[in-house]
Amino acid sequence: MTTKEYESYYVPSQSHWPIVGAVALFLIAVGAGNYVSTLKSEEGGFGGYILLAGFCLIIYMLYGWFSNVINESMSGKYSHQMDNSFRQGMSWFIFSEVMFFAAFFGALFYARTLSVPWLGGADNNAMTGAVLWPEFVSVWPLLTTPDGTETTKMGWYGLPLINTILLLTSSITAHLAHSALEKDNRKMLKIWLGLTILLGLVFLFLQVVEYMHGYSEEMKLYLTSGIYGTTFYMLTGFHGMHVTLGTIMLIVVFLRVLKGHFTPTNAFAFEAASWYWHFVDVVWVILFVFVYIV
Amino acid sequence: MTTDVIEQDSHDEHHDDHKMQGIKRWLYTTNHKDIGTLYLWFAFIMFLTGGALAMVIRAELFQPGLQIVEPDFFNQLTTVHGLIMVFGAIMPAFTGFANWMIPMMIGAPDMALPRMNNWSFWILPFAFAILLSTFFMESGAPNFGWTFYAPLSTTYSNGSTAFFVFAVHIMGISSIMGAINIVVTIMNMRAPGMTYMKMPLFVWTFFITAYLLIAVMPILAGVVTMLLTDTYFGTSFFNAAGGGDPVLFQHIFWFFGHPEVYIMILPAFGIVSTIIPAFSRKKLFGYSSMVYATSSIALLSFIVWAHHMFTTGMPLFGELFFMYCTMLIAVPTGVKVFNWVATMWRGSMSFETPMLFSIAFVILFTIGGFSGLMLALTPADFQYHDTYFVVAHFHYVLVTGSLFSIYAGAYFWLPKWTGNMYNESLGKWHFWCSLISVNLLFFPMHFLGLAGMPRRIPDYALQFADFNKWVSIGGFAFGLSQLIFLAVVIKCIRGGEKAPAKPWDGAEGLEWTVASPAPYHTFSTPPKIED
Ligand code: HEM
Ligand SMILES: [Cu+2]
Repeated sequence: MTTKEYESYYVPSQSHWPIVGAVALFLIAVGAGNYVSTLKSEEGGFGGYILLAGFCLIIYMLYGWFSNVINESMSGKYSHQMDNSFRQGMSWFIFSEVMFFAAFFGALFYARTLSVPWLGGADNNAMTGAVLWPEFVSVWPLLTTPDGTETTKMGWYGLPLINTILLLTSSITAHLAHSALEKDNRKMLKIWLGLTILLGLVFLFLQVVEYMHGYSEEMKLYLTSGIYGTTFYMLTGFHGMHVTLGTIMLIVVFLRVLKGHFTPTNAFAFEAASWYWHFVDVVWVILFVFVYIV
Repeated sequence: MTTDVIEQDSHDEHHDDHKMQGIKRWLYTTNHKDIGTLYLWFAFIMFLTGGALAMVIRAELFQPGLQIVEPDFFNQLTTVHGLIMVFGAIMPAFTGFANWMIPMMIGAPDMALPRMNNWSFWILPFAFAILLSTFFMESGAPNFGWTFYAPLSTTYSNGSTAFFVFAVHIMGISSIMGAINIVVTIMNMRAPGMTYMKMPLFVWTFFITAYLLIAVMPILAGVVTMLLTDTYFGTSFFNAAGGGDPVLFQHIFWFFGHPEVYIMILPAFGIVSTIIPAFSRKKLFGYSSMVYATSSIALLSFIVWAHHMFTTGMPLFGELFFMYCTMLIAVPTGVKVFNWVATMWRGSMSFETPMLFSIAFVILFTIGGFSGLMLALTPADFQYHDTYFVVAHFHYVLVTGSLFSIYAGAYFWLPKWTGNMYNESLGKWHFWCSLISVNLLFFPMHFLGLAGMPRRIPDYALQFADFNKWVSIGGFAFGLSQLIFLAVVIKCIRGGEKAPAKPWDGAEGLEWTVASPAPYHTFSTPPKIED
């Protein structure tokens, strides 16, 4: 770190965006809280509207905040050290996301290797099996729960396999886009980046189709179908939400590319979005193996 | 929007021009000192709020029988008291210290991501507004304890659970962003020449704490999300009838929860390790061993979580594994206590209020550590678990540990923050009143627990009456004593003897090289680091 870089660390003086964002989060939390609590009541609540208002406000905030940052960046206010701060910040954010998924994968492994066998009487739990649910057989995937709810398994071939191929390909195209940017080849950059987004969108579409399939009469695979349905939908669902977020990031980056932003040496936002994309991809691979295949 | 580039030759007076006045200054601020101040005041207000709830709890427990509150409301009080003290008082207070001190201690112009810093703070009051508002809802506030075990928080929870979940989400977002900011600031903004092993220990402890936060706050977010879907959307994470397991809740919660208790004590170690050398007029004994001890405590904290779950019927191997790992933590913790004592050994000590609180910290935290060791013994814990012994344990480590360190740090740096000396005799009053009352409050809880009084109950058997009376008296006295601190701070802000740049002759560190009060922008030019 040379002294020169250090001295030009840019400290923005005031900003009203964070407080707008705080109000937005408040509205989202209150709205969602009310919405969820009144789901089962007759009258229903006002929560949905507040939630919507919160989302609108947060989009407005993100737009304003990022516009500020982009303008500052384009006008050359950011030093190398500043860029490092952003990079490290993004990496640690992704790490925190990894830990979020770790909680859900932990739940999956716990159910598969411990709680389901225990319910079936494994280890020193013979009495649990004999007294509570004598009929219960411990298998994975758990298609018949202790209380008798039945469901079917989502196979790994077909849509999930296609989705795996799509996402893996999109990781490659994202990487090719990056190489193109480094070579300052704007045309290929646009093509590869556009393709990545397209693959992401198709993935999401197929995911919806798969869910509709799961919720159909023949499969009866619901969120409420016991621990198998629970872990299936929660893991793929949170993954899908992250793919959505990643796609939005990529689209923003794409629009910026069209406007002529980013140079081979100054492309933090581009790289952040592509790191995020690779992260989402890795999560999918783990998920594909442990939720679908084995 | 005004912008502000830090130039080499700019003067602090020049930057003060950018300081808006009135409410907008605080709402829009990106200044680490402003944000630090906000965190500290917020934490103190939450501390008084949580304290008020505790006063009602102690009033109810003053005598056997039900006097003041209904049992269900009693449970709401203990739950919200715990949540507020952990997430609203102790953690934000430490973040306040981090904001104020880290940039000054490492010679940086500000935190690395100043706008995000503002956001991290301002979402907190909203989260607690939501949490507190549940008291006014038809269903009442959450009543399942601060650890919100399933199925109390799922099948048997009341109507405010969703609000609780979303409030916790916001607190988590705030902590994660705050922690990312601390990590990036320390990694990226140190003045040239300040290598990692030259950083003040204070900075080290916050660095490690921030890592813990980034690692486990998402786990908390995960577990409250599971709780939400189990309660409202029919998932089966914690429902045995669907193939899940309520004990799974405890595993995930404590995988977060145990590192969380270290999140609340490691910064305390940092503060005390700054203050004891200053008033012993010696260097900190064993700086590098302190760094390694802190790191190993942090690492070990990930493999001890199930010591909270000895009575859940884990396999024998689990009981033994978690017992030994827990006792292993006593080693680095012992290293620390040894180093503090060795620092004082043959020092030319003086006993101003920060030092008094620090010495009390060393002794009383150690008592808490010992009761922790007793709890770590699996067979012994079978008896102590869920009794007042546990309550005594964690109040010794959290109140006479974390909170006392916060007081020590506040007295130590108040002159730097306000430019005025605090009133030393009032400070001593605060200390002695707190010290006596806190022990009256928490020490008898050990006996109550050993005799079998369960925690989280509004009524108790007659034989516990005497101790409970004294505990309650200690509680009221402790609560009142904290108002002395409020008086000290307000007096100090308003005036008092002017503080020199370095009011403590034994103190070390870059923060003492700038004027008191610290100028709005410090170290626009990085300072020179001497060996
Ligand atoms: C010195 C090493 C420590 C050891 C060996 C230790 C051990 C334990 C054990 C075994 C328990 C579970 C008791 C039970 O529920 O039966 C416990 C509870 C607890 N400890 Fe510690 N502890 C230590 C330090 C700390 C520190 C430093 C803090 C916080 C600053 C802390 C905070 C807590 C809390 C909050 C609980 C109770 C959680 C609850 O059930 O509500 N402990 N400790
Ligand atoms: Cu613990």
